[in-house]
Amino acid sequence: MLHRLKEPWTDRRAGLLLGALACSVLAVIVFMLVFIAIKAWPSFANNGLSWFSSKGSVDQQFDAMVNSGLNPTTADYQIGAWPLIYATLLTTFFATFFGLIFSLLSAIFIVEFAPERIRRVIVPVVRLLAAVPSVIYGLIGILVLAPFIGNSVITAEQKSSVQFVIPLSGTGLGVAIAVLTVMITPIMIAITVDGLHSIPRAWKEGALALGVNRWRAMWTVTVRAARPAIIAGAVLATARALGEAIMISMVAGSKGFSPNPLDGLLFFFEPVRTMAATVVENAESINAPAMQSTLYALALVLLVGAFFLSLGSWIAKQPLKKYGTRS
Amino acid sequence: MSVPTRPGGTAPPLPPLPLPRSPGGGGRQGRSPKKKRVNESISTWRLTDRIGYVLMWAAGLLLCAIGIGILAYMAFKGVQYLRPQLLLSSPTADVDQSSSGGFLDPLLGTILITLIGIVIATPIAIGAATWIVEYGRPTWLARLIDSGIEIIAGTPDIVIALFGLVLFQQSIFGWMSFTAAGGAVFGRSFLTAGAMMSLIALPMVFAATREGLQSIPLHIREASYALGKTKAATIRRVLLPSVKANISTGAALGMGRIAGDTAIIVVLLGASLTLDPEGNVPGLDVLKGTGSTLTSYVYNNSPAGEGNAPQKAYAAAFVLLLIVLALNFAVDLIARSGAKNGLETSRLGAR
Repeated sequence: MLHRLKEPWTDRRAGLLLGALACSVLAVIVFMLVFIAIKAWPSFANNGLSWFSSKGSVDQQFDAMVNSGLNPTTADYQIGAWPLIYATLLTTFFATFFGLIFSLLSAIFIVEFAPERIRRVIVPVVRLLAAVPSVIYGLIGILVLAPFIGNSVITAEQKSSVQFVIPLSGTGLGVAIAVLTVMITPIMIAITVDGLHSIPRAWKEGALALGVNRWRAMWTVTVRAARPAIIAGAVLATARALGEAIMISMVAGSKGFSPNPLDGLLFFFEPVRTMAATVVENAESINAPAMQSTLYALALVLLVGAFFLSLGSWIAKQPLKKYGTRS
Repeated sequence: MSVPTRPGGTAPPLPPLPLPRSPGGGGRQGRSPKKKRVNESISTWRLTDRIGYVLMWAAGLLLCAIGIGILAYMAFKGVQYLRPQLLLSSPTADVDQSSSGGFLDPLLGTILITLIGIVIATPIAIGAATWIVEYGRPTWLARLIDSGIEIIAGTPDIVIALFGLVLFQQSIFGWMSFTAAGGAVFGRSFLTAGAMMSLIALPMVFAATREGLQSIPLHIREASYALGKTKAATIRRVLLPSVKANISTGAALGMGRIAGDTAIIVVLLGASLTLDPEGNVPGLDVLKGTGSTLTSYVYNNSPAGEGNAPQKAYAAAFVLLLIVLALNFAVDLIARSGAKNGLETSRLGAR
């Protein structure tokens, strides 16, 4: 038997082995979906569609689940996850929105306008921002930004005006959005820069030859042609923002609260807790069955959301292939 | 993104490009003859163009300021609080920052988990990339796997962590972590966390390897076949050695990603501060045991965690940042020749 192992591998065997390795990736995805769905089922089954609605304080519902013991009843599974979903949507939307503007301008700057000396700084900076672990962003957010906002930006009157609803300490939606924007910008910049580079130079030069200025040629020709890449980058960054757990749990105030847009500027100071942050913060009490099922339900929603965003990014990128450049 | 075996070259005609609505303001009259580039002066531009131009400069400079600010702040705090004995002593549970020990164990934990993760991820990623580029039949399967890896890259780490918890609590994985007397599997250990970490690194190694393989010209393979080598031998003796640099790049990036990940550690490595061996087999006991890494140490010592020790958190975060930056620097050293603009998407973890 052993001597057969020493023989050179046949193509067939090598192909099968490599194919099996490749297929293990698919197996992992299927297992992930199935396992998480099975674990999440009791939570959805006991709540129905009202799982996605708002049913009072989420934090109290979590407390009840932890205390419900090993044989929870339907009443123990009760959760209205809307405040968490709302917080996730808010942070993700605002971070992507600001990040899109910021990264598009930065990408144009890097590709076209930056002097060589600045470019030598800005490219490593983008890679640095992409490499910094999320926990360090969270640390800076909670130790630098949040105290600054809590002490200097929010006035005492503002604090006392809402103190019976929610205490304001500085950690909250605004800090989360700001830090999240910085976190997701590098990906968007990289994909946008890639897209802008892939547009044939002659197109822009044609516009320049017609007499428009450099900015307008860039904006109306290159950026417009690279729109698929920009959208793909934004969608991918949305997926990143959606799943960010650690940083958000550190800087967003960690309260199952729905900020009210009618509060004006205070809206951005009110604490929130996203779905991913909820999972990471309650991981310790995952042994209570009701809690466990609820956390897996949150994870399932995140997984499905990330899946569709991956799909969306892939679809958005398709038109770029027409130019014959690699994406 | 496309599967390379897909027949290309049938590009549909390009869409008509929207021409600029107006010629803008770049007139030639009244300019001083010294200026070489007419467009350089923005004072002749329209107001909207000028606003856009200024905003763009502002965004670029703000980006530089944020990056340099973060780096300088962390370096300042790190130098302020990092002491050699912090690196050499184990953490102890204490409310007082002066006596809660150092972070030797988290440091070892980070190194251990990074090694486990990359050791699992690299062979699978290389295998998958090689299969997709060199075999890739049937095409639909290759496409499916390609997008599967993209999905894994887009899956939030917290979801991967919860998946790991339910997967490794199955009794067939009992050998990987602490098993209680009743047969309940704990599911949290260096092995289980490392196995899930490999999913974080996998897409990066895969992307780098595939990119390298695709850039090898076809005639290299044909030369090898002409010498009578089989496809398997070509892959092993010709193709893989020549993408060694790409694989190392991807692996270093993946290691940086693993070292910086927190959610999987918090959920899957247990909550013990020190390395907590399990069982009595030397070597395997540490792998089966629980512990902490620098990321979870920073998280737990920040105001968000239970031990509120910002000085320790800053010091550990500085060490973590140094590790991650060193790995990124290694990427630069390995791939210096191949770097085009330094912002390749595969290098930033986005494919």
